[in-house]
Amino acid sequence: MKKLFLILITGILCTTLFAQEVPSVQIKDLNGKTVNTKSIVENDGKPVLVAFFATWCKPCIKELTAFNEEYEDWAEETGVKIVAISTDNARSSSSVAPFVNARGWEFDVYLDANSDFKRAMNVANVPHTFLIDGNGKVVWQHTTYLEGDEDHTFEIIKKVAKGQPIK
Amino acid sequence: MKKVISLLLSLISLGIFSLYAQENNGGQVTGNFQSEAQYYIEDSQIGAVAVDENVLVNSWANFAYTQGNFSAGFRYEGYMNSLLGYPNMGGINNGIGIPIKWAMFSNDNLEITVGNYYEQFGNGLIFRTYDEKMLGVDNAMMGFRVKYTIMSGVYLKGVIGKQRYYWDYGPGLIRGIDGEIQFNDMIKAFAESDLRVSAGGSFVSKYQKEEHPIYILPNNVGAGAGRLNIIYKGFNVNSEYAYKINDPSAENNYIYKPGQALLINATYSQKGLGVVIGTKWVDNMSFRSDRNANLTDLSINLMPEISRNHIYTLPAFYPYASQPNGEWGAKAEVFYKIPKKTLLGGKYGTTISLYYSRVQEIEKTRIADSIPISSKGTLGYNTDFFSIGDELYYQDINVEISKKWNKKLYTNISYMNLFYNYDVLMGVKGHENVYANIAIADLTYKISSGVAIKTEFQGMFTKQDKGNWGLGLIELTIPKWFFTVFDNWNYGNPDADDRVHYLNVGFGFVNGGNRIQLTYGKQREGVMCIGGVCRNVPASNGLALSISSTF
Repeated sequence: MKKLFLILITGILCTTLFAQEVPSVQIKDLNGKTVNTKSIVENDGKPVLVAFFATWCKPCIKELTAFNEEYEDWAEETGVKIVAISTDNARSSSSVAPFVNARGWEFDVYLDANSDFKRAMNVANVPHTFLIDGNGKVVWQHTTYLEGDEDHTFEIIKKVAKGQPIK
Repeated sequence: MKKVISLLLSLISLGIFSLYAQENNGGQVTGNFQSEAQYYIEDSQIGAVAVDENVLVNSWANFAYTQGNFSAGFRYEGYMNSLLGYPNMGGINNGIGIPIKWAMFSNDNLEITVGNYYEQFGNGLIFRTYDEKMLGVDNAMMGFRVKYTIMSGVYLKGVIGKQRYYWDYGPGLIRGIDGEIQFNDMIKAFAESDLRVSAGGSFVSKYQKEEHPIYILPNNVGAGAGRLNIIYKGFNVNSEYAYKINDPSAENNYIYKPGQALLINATYSQKGLGVVIGTKWVDNMSFRSDRNANLTDLSINLMPEISRNHIYTLPAFYPYASQPNGEWGAKAEVFYKIPKKTLLGGKYGTTISLYYSRVQEIEKTRIADSIPISSKGTLGYNTDFFSIGDELYYQDINVEISKKWNKKLYTNISYMNLFYNYDVLMGVKGHENVYANIAIADLTYKISSGVAIKTEFQGMFTKQDKGNWGLGLIELTIPKWFFTVFDNWNYGNPDADDRVHYLNVGFGFVNGGNRIQLTYGKQREGVMCIGGVCRNVPASNGLALSISSTF
């Protein structure tokens, strides 16, 4: 167990040292078109929020519903773009577009049906959200959704949009 | 121990290297860590056992190094010893090591992977390798993979390798190719067309030397699949057909019958409305890289289930599992949002979801009067394409209404009617089928920003199996912390002595990409299914710790 913690600590040290870039992975949009993950996080120097979710994940739906309610205000104030990555596999991936459109979510949604992007981003469980700054670097991340987390997320987005340090 | 040291050394060297690389505007190290630990207490009333080790721990950590077009990584895993309920026959899963190692080069058109990788062709009907740690499934390939974008909209993939089998590899060699053409991207004139068409095809062949004492078995088993996706405005039809030559195996009782599968999903959506209609027909499509393998081991393909993935505790008591030896299924789903600022929609709108799914056997007839269906060493049975038999395997009807009343109150109310063919889906004989009604009320009340109380009331009403269940849950969340108490009570058990309370208390802390959770209590015996595969979860009593971190 001690050894595990050693590894964990070493790992966390690595976190603080390196800002990660979004890896290049091929996923699909809701029209079945193959897109590269590098291109979906482009936003003219403005931040991008990447939210991993699944239609069977209750907290994910709560989180994205909360994001959607705020999206217009957030985008106006900071220029942030939100992209949602569905990790639904072949069982429910074809239900994602109807599910999302019925809810009227305004952000772009992509399908990562075999979790390639999820794996490349080292996501353990959904929901998991990453904030990418204007230079394409992952500057902040968050796992789990607890009620009201979106307020904190927006505070971080504002700082990143202004180029201020997060802490 | 030696392995741990070498791992740490490699990690540190990676760290130093990437620090150096970082200065050159290049490399980075990323990864994650997760550990699931359980302390077991014996509880004979619920059938929970203690273990000799007292505590069992499953842990794993991924590390990846990326510089420019090059990346490489590995996964450390440790099962010391493997948690109960995960595949671990004879202790095969216990141990510590680095089972996953890979390196990858990619540029705009080409991606080459050596070592371990995960891949899916189409819907996975003939090829899907993936890992699902909470199920103990990892059928990673070990070998080579090439992905090539021939031109805009034309994609080609090729794979070769063996599959991971715990700390070793399965005996079968897998070779596969897959191609997909997205016509609108290939032909510039159609780029902006409302009609979008893509077509794909794949072929997978497995080689396993024939060594059966009685039967002459095919050394090479080939499978092919074709798919077509047509989208026009809000309509989307996605279909795939797969065929596999005869592949006698332990799972199909060594019959020499070819396999077939068809999957069609048609959807329509516009803002505020979504409709899904789907069907699936499967005949003898078990496909593994060892013909003697069973359960979660060495699957080359995965038949997606047609039913909904249940998200609340009580409906998940009776999860559906795909039957690769033969099944027909159909589903219909409707999502509708009653608009904001209407009588029923209220200020925020109300979302109504309807789900229906039904699965039946396929019609199998004898190949000769004297030969029972699926007799070993025969052609098995006859069946017409898309035949539907009488026996019902599963059915569920769900209604779910989600509504945000105001800034403070959110409710999600659902009802479900379920039929569960216990014998077929659990692989037993003589158990009665389960008919259940389930009602759930899920309420969240936001006290202030970041502080909320969530309650769940679930009731399951059935005359079969273990009778009625009730569940009450209360969860308090404050920034970064959550505290949960729930009681899952089998109040309707026909045997009064077994009317057990499964009481659980727990709390968790979340900070950025790190999460830690501690729970204490009893867990009921059951089945857990994710993505088409299930595992038995044994009854347990004790303390469970879960840590995860992404970096």
